[in-house]
Amino acid sequence: MGSHLWGAAYMAVSETRGLGQGEVIYEESSVRLFTIATVFWGLVGFLVGVVIALQLAFPLLNLDLPWTTFGRLRPVHTSAVVFAFGGNALLGTSLYVVQRTCRARLFGGALAGGFLFWGYQLFIVLAASGYVLGVTQSREYAEPEWYVDIWLTLVWVLYLVVFVGTIIKRKEPHIYVANWFYLAFIVTVAMLHIVNNLAVPVSWTGAKSYSLFAGVQDAMTQWWYGHNAVGFFLTAGFLGIMYYFIPKQAERPVYSYRLSIIHFWSLTFLYIWAGPHHLHYTALPDWAQTLGMTFSLMLWMPSWGGMINGIMTLSGAWDKLRTDPILRFLVVAVAFYGMSTFEGPLMSIKTVNALSHYTDWTIGHVHSGALGWVAFVSFGAVYFLVPRLWGASRLYSEKLVNYHFWIATLGIVLYITSMWVSGIMQGVMWRTYDSLGFLQYSFVETVQEMHIYYVIRALGGVLFLAGALIMTYNLWRTARGEVAAEGPAAAAQPAE
Amino acid sequence: MEGFFETLRSLWVVWMMALFVGIVAWVYWPKRKREMEEHGRIPLRDDGEE
Repeated sequence: MGSHLWGAAYMAVSETRGLGQGEVIYEESSVRLFTIATVFWGLVGFLVGVVIALQLAFPLLNLDLPWTTFGRLRPVHTSAVVFAFGGNALLGTSLYVVQRTCRARLFGGALAGGFLFWGYQLFIVLAASGYVLGVTQSREYAEPEWYVDIWLTLVWVLYLVVFVGTIIKRKEPHIYVANWFYLAFIVTVAMLHIVNNLAVPVSWTGAKSYSLFAGVQDAMTQWWYGHNAVGFFLTAGFLGIMYYFIPKQAERPVYSYRLSIIHFWSLTFLYIWAGPHHLHYTALPDWAQTLGMTFSLMLWMPSWGGMINGIMTLSGAWDKLRTDPILRFLVVAVAFYGMSTFEGPLMSIKTVNALSHYTDWTIGHVHSGALGWVAFVSFGAVYFLVPRLWGASRLYSEKLVNYHFWIATLGIVLYITSMWVSGIMQGVMWRTYDSLGFLQYSFVETVQEMHIYYVIRALGGVLFLAGALIMTYNLWRTARGEVAAEGPAAAAQPAE
Repeated sequence: MEGFFETLRSLWVVWMMALFVGIVAWVYWPKRKREMEEHGRIPLRDDGEE
């Protein structure tokens, strides 16, 4: 019934605009909103990240208030960057890409797009306000309680309807591969979200609920969810961005379209089994741990196939990397994708995991993926979108994009190298025995040793945030239609 | 008969592999090369920018 309503609204809108035969007016008002939200939540998420990084280095910054302790702010950071920044980037770009590659107006039009936008922002605000007040399911990356989960399910099903509806009414016979990745992201996240959040509320008027699962089954469900959130939210979705925006910005088709299809299916077949590597050396049966490790190792194939496909798109046009900072963001993102998805399977090997698990190495690994891959590919897409969505002839300043790129890259390098050193040191200190078989170091000694690396990490975060602030300024001026007077760098880049 | 289906089910990884190999063969079948690579141009033809 709902879809009839949106269908009617769509008809009304297209009539008032006097659509001619074969002419498509794309729905861009919601894409603009999602783009603004991507930048806004990015700033919020990076800022909270810097705050909690400083809290780890200087515990005084917890302020001795329950609302500002690390334990409550940490999910604010992770949800803000993954679901708010990353999620808005995915929703916005997917609505933009599906319309253009299908040559069809968004199913449900501006009304559905607007509801999706505001519904998703409500989810973010409900989730974050809960964390600060101490409302949490204590499931990593799935902290929101049952009432927020139900709301997100409604929004997400609408998202699926809008996306599939647009594909169904496409004028382009073939469904372009970016849409496959986006669709896998939408469908899989729906499945993961619903199953992992099956819970019984204590009462209809209270926030507290209990999971339907118990013990090791509960843990396995959580990490089946958790790892596939990485696989289908942070990987498949952003690969959709890669497969559209790199060819667009480079003005050449993807290196091998056939490889992109193999990339899609191998990723889909393998990722779903990798979750158990989060539970090495736990109560999870040994065969399940080995299964998770084996499938994680096989993930090397799609990840490197995909990386080669993205980077080789520039084959024969490598000079663009030097002249086009937007393309540099997109391509370096793919390089980080290759690097962090090489590191991931390595860390899933049980003997490596025995050293790396529960240490800062994991945090460094996650951030080389999150900052280097997810954030960089999103920055590239946002730089691509803003001039087009606000009708500007070009970006306000390419030079500022360049500054953003190098400052953010330096921030990432500081972050991941300090966490490698800190994490491996931490792991080694934990397992060092003296001649009598006693542990050599107490826990607090490892914490003391890590202090300097925590300071370096926070500095990396500050640089990353500074880069994002430069981007925000640049986009603001771009949206107002301004163009900076720049030297030859600007002239080398043809205006769109 | 039930035992027969049980055996088929326990070989799931073989069926998944066969399906995957089928997809690879279909995608890389030489006859489809031109058609397949033509799909890669879809984003470049999408909004009359050129």
